Amino acid sequence: MSTARRTLSFGDEAGIAARFPEHFRPNWINRAKLIGGLTLAAAIFVFGLIRLEIPFDRLFSGIGRLIEFLGLMLPPDPGSWQLAQVYLHAMGETLAIAFLGTLGGALLAFPVSFLAARNVLRIRPLQLLTRRLLDMVRGVDTLIWALIWVGVVGLGPFAGILAVMCSDFGNFGKLFSEAFEAADNKPIEGVKATGGSHVHSVRFGLLPQVVPILASQLLYFFESNTRSATIIGIVGAGGIGLQLTEQIRVLEWQKVSFLILMILITVASIDWISSKLRFAIIGRKAVA
Amino acid sequence: MQAAVTELPEPQLRALADHYDAAVAEKRRRLALGGAILIAAIAAAAWMGEVDLVKLAENFWRFPSYFISIAPKLALATLWTDINEWFWGIKRWTGLLLDTILIAYVGTLLGALAGFALCFLASANLVRSRALVFVTRRFLEFCRTVPEIVFALLFVLAFGLGPLPGVLAIAIHTAGALGKLFAEVVENIDDKPLEGVVSSGGDWFEMVRFAVVPQVLSNFVSYALLRFEINVRGAAVMGFVGAGGIGQDLIEAVRKFYYSDVSAILLLIIVTVMAIDYFTEGVRRRLIGQERR
Repeated sequence: MSTARRTLSFGDEAGIAARFPEHFRPNWINRAKLIGGLTLAAAIFVFGLIRLEIPFDRLFSGIGRLIEFLGLMLPPDPGSWQLAQVYLHAMGETLAIAFLGTLGGALLAFPVSFLAARNVLRIRPLQLLTRRLLDMVRGVDTLIWALIWVGVVGLGPFAGILAVMCSDFGNFGKLFSEAFEAADNKPIEGVKATGGSHVHSVRFGLLPQVVPILASQLLYFFESNTRSATIIGIVGAGGIGLQLTEQIRVLEWQKVSFLILMILITVASIDWISSKLRFAIIGRKAVA
Repeated sequence: MQAAVTELPEPQLRALADHYDAAVAEKRRRLALGGAILIAAIAAAAWMGEVDLVKLAENFWRFPSYFISIAPKLALATLWTDINEWFWGIKRWTGLLLDTILIAYVGTLLGALAGFALCFLASANLVRSRALVFVTRRFLEFCRTVPEIVFALLFVLAFGLGPLPGVLAIAIHTAGALGKLFAEVVENIDDKPLEGVVSSGGDWFEMVRFAVVPQVLSNFVSYALLRFEINVRGAAVMGFVGAGGIGQDLIEAVRKFYYSDVSAILLLIIVTVMAIDYFTEGVRRRLIGQERR
């Protein structure tokens, strides 16, 4: 059938081309841009492969070994009920790290985002300064923060909470201030027109608009922090990452797969809960 | 201007006021309930996470003092030599930074290509078979849920130390993350070009090539650039588990208390990340601007 359609559509291709020459003329500038861009991307890629000295011979033997590991991982097995309880506790720690870290980061970032937003305090130099500060905080990965906090409060989940808090402080500061700036100006003008002060206009014109957005961002970050909190145990900052790295190092593959499975299930259920909550807060449309 | 505000009769007003009070009370009740749940959750999490405010208060001085101790000792008189001494390893570090960026780049490109190939199979508007969509989506979810560092740990064991495991770990994670975002873009496209290609006899691949790709490509590139930015940060810590880049030197400096090295490397990472943020944001603005025109 599609052949029939095809003959029907393209039977008079020459005729169509003659009637609409502008649609058949190749656009050389666009084409040159595209080819140039692709060549550049490919060139950097090849340069990367050469400079990083990617060993292609090891690629195949490595894949073989991965498949071997995968075979050893089945079936997932925590070993004993005691160990399963230890892992569950570690998972709980991970959730606690993500939850308190996100919340604390948001609480710290909220006042600072007032400074960073263009339309709230309107002190230009302070605004630029806070923005650069937030950029710097964001430039440091959660794992590096964890490394620093382990030095301050010692090993354990508390260091993880503080680390997630720090890196979220940077993210939230930026996102919150952007949310403030994207807010509709009309309610603010409305409050001012009825005689409200600037503080009033922020409280009654701006905040009600942005609070749902902030709440949804908070939930979204809780989701993504659950993922990152699963790994900060690698540097000793608590949570399931510690168990996971240990089991990988001693090649206990069945325990590794059990732990990974636990992470997958937990993250999936947190995703599910938080997306339900987010839709409840700001409606299905706005999230997409 | 004096305009008389007509007041409603008392019973009608009473009903409205009661209704308002009830609505406000309902809202307050919900807020209180939410607050109580939140506080309970905080308490549970604090207990679970071994939050110890006393320990924090006692040791908090270490936090600023850490930054003070990693700060370089610079004197105005010998500024140049001091800076030279501070960045004594600049040659090695810039090389490692370049490696880090390339790990992120190669990983992002590979992951984006994989995500590109998979996203069409994960889009319900292009693929009839619900099973195929479901399987592809779960696969992408698996790729992005397992943290890249965990993949890196596994790959270091399989492929040996070096940048290869880092590249692969980033590629897999990126494929999962971008595949999902790409599929969301594809599901929101305009159907008419698809129908056009199909009605003139195109097969599935022609439909994707001529009806879908032109609509989504600029969005895809923009997302891939955003991911590249994130991956540069990720690649900076890949060295923590021996998967190449500058992370190895950083964790060594932290563990061995080479204070001025820590600040030098951190500063280099921050500057690099900021520069890449700035660069990709510029490119993305241009891309999106092009689309609007």
